[in-house]
Amino acid sequence: MLSPYPQLVRAGFQRYSSYRQAALAGLATNTVFGLLRASVLVAVLAQRGPFAGYDVATAITYVWLGQGLLNVVNLWSDRELAGRVRTGDIVVDLGRPWDLQTALLATDFGRAGYAVLMRLLPPMAFGAVFFPFRWPERPATWVLFAVAMALGTAVSFGIRFLLNVSAFWLLDARGVLAVWGTVGGLLSGLILPLAWFPAWAQAVLAWTPFPALFQMPIDVFLERGDPLAVLAHQLFWAVALFALGRVALARGSRRLVVQGG
Amino acid sequence: MGRGVYARIIASRVRSQLAYPTSFALDVLSQLLGQSMELLAILVIFTQVTSLGGFTAGEVVLIYGLAATAFGLADLAVGQVEALPDYIRTGEFDVILLRPLGALPQLLSADVQLRRVGRVAVGLAALAWALHDVEWTPLRVVVAVVAPLAGAVLLSAIWIAANCVSFWLVDGREVANSVTYGSDFATSYPITVYGPWLRRFMCFLVPSAFVAYFPALALTGRPDPLGFPDFVRYCSPLVAAAMVGVAALIWRTGVRRYQGTGS
Repeated sequence: MLSPYPQLVRAGFQRYSSYRQAALAGLATNTVFGLLRASVLVAVLAQRGPFAGYDVATAITYVWLGQGLLNVVNLWSDRELAGRVRTGDIVVDLGRPWDLQTALLATDFGRAGYAVLMRLLPPMAFGAVFFPFRWPERPATWVLFAVAMALGTAVSFGIRFLLNVSAFWLLDARGVLAVWGTVGGLLSGLILPLAWFPAWAQAVLAWTPFPALFQMPIDVFLERGDPLAVLAHQLFWAVALFALGRVALARGSRRLVVQGG
Repeated sequence: MGRGVYARIIASRVRSQLAYPTSFALDVLSQLLGQSMELLAILVIFTQVTSLGGFTAGEVVLIYGLAATAFGLADLAVGQVEALPDYIRTGEFDVILLRPLGALPQLLSADVQLRRVGRVAVGLAALAWALHDVEWTPLRVVVAVVAPLAGAVLLSAIWIAANCVSFWLVDGREVANSVTYGSDFATSYPITVYGPWLRRFMCFLVPSAFVAYFPALALTGRPDPLGFPDFVRYCSPLVAAAMVGVAALIWRTGVRRYQGTGS
C-alpha cells in the first residue's frame, strides 16, 4: 500500500495555498511589525554600538527572518486537534488507517512549505531590498538553514501537539495554548535575540527546546556558532517531544469514552 | 429601553464567562502574561542599555504603562469589533441590521471578553511603578487620570475605524491588525526610536503618539526630543474626540455601503 504521508504533505501545502488573499494581508501585518521591531533594535544598537555579535545589518536580518519564520515555525493558530478532542471527532481520526501523530506532522510540513514561499521569502526580500542585510557567506549555510528551519518546525509541532493533547485532561486547551502563544515568542528568541538576555537566562534557556524554534535557525543563517551543534540540539528536542507526544496521545486516548455507540 | 437591554446583555456575557472559573482564570493569566512579555522585553533591553531613543528605563516603563492600560481598556470595550469579518461572511451582520438597536453597540456587546482585565492589570502595575517618581502638580494628577482614559477612547476609535476595512475587503482582518496591534506596539515605546516615515504613519496619521508618548512628556516635564510645542502634550483628549468623529464617519459610510454577502 502507498504511504499516505507524502500525500498529506501535499495536502497541507494545498490547503493553505487556497488562502492566497489572507496570506497577502498577513504580509502587511508582518511588514509593519518588522519595521517597528527593527526600529527598536536599531535604537538599542545606536545607543550602545554593536554587541553580542549583533551590528545593525545582523539585527535587521534577525528581525526580518523572525517575521518570516513566525508563520513557518508557527507558534499560534494550531488548535484543531484540541477542538476535535473536545467534540469527540478525534475518534474518527484515531480509527483511520494511519498514525495520527505522523499524519499531523506531515500536514504541518506541507503547511510550513507553503509558508516558506508566501510568508518567509517576501519579508526577507523586503528586508534585503530596503535595509542593510547580512547574507550567508558560505553556500553550505543555505542547506543548513533549510534543515534548521525544518527541525524548528518539528520542535514547534512537538510542543503544539502536546498542548493540544492536553485537551484529553483539560477538555478545553485554549488556555494553555494561549499561554504558550504569549510566552513562546520571548523564550524562543523571536522578540529579542537571546544573546541580549542576562547570562543566567541564556544558560537556563539553553537546556530547553525553545531556542530551537526561532533563535537557532536564525543563528544558522547568520553563521553564529557551530551549526552542527545547533542541528543536534534541535534534532534531540524534535525526537524527544515527538516521543513524549506519542505517550501522551496513547494515555489520553485511553481516557476516551465513546457514548451513544 | 436601549440601555437596559445592553446592561442585561453584558451582564449575561460576563456571567457566562465566570461559569467556568478555572478556564476563566487561565484566560486572564494568559492575557496577563501576554501583556507582561512586552514589559519583560523592555526590561531585557535595559539590561544592555541605559537609555532607548533618549529615554530612561523609568520613562519607557511609564510610556509602556500608559499604552498598556489604554490598550487593555480599549480591548475590553471594543475588542469585539475584530469579529466583524465573521459577522459579514456568515451573513449574521444582516440580522444585526434588522434588529431595532444600533448595529455597533450590538456588535460590541455580543461578546465582552472579561479576561482582558488581565492586560489592564499589567498596564496599571507598570503605571503605578513608573509614577512613583513623578513630581506631582495638580495638572499632572489630571493628566495621570485622564491620559489612560483618553488613550483608551483613542485606541477604541482606531480599532473601529481600522476594522471597517472589512466592509470593503473580504480578508480585511490582517490589514486591520497591522493598524490596531501595530499602533499598540508603536505606542509602547518612545516614538523617537522610529524613522521619520514610520513615525508619521504609525504615530501621527494613526494618532497613537497621543496615547502614551505625549502624556508621558506631560507627566515627566522633560523636553521633547522631537521639538513639538508644549501644549501638544495636553492634546490627547482633543485628538481622541476627533478620532471618534472620524471613526463614526467611517463606520457609517461602511454600513451604508454594506450590501450583504448575497448568499
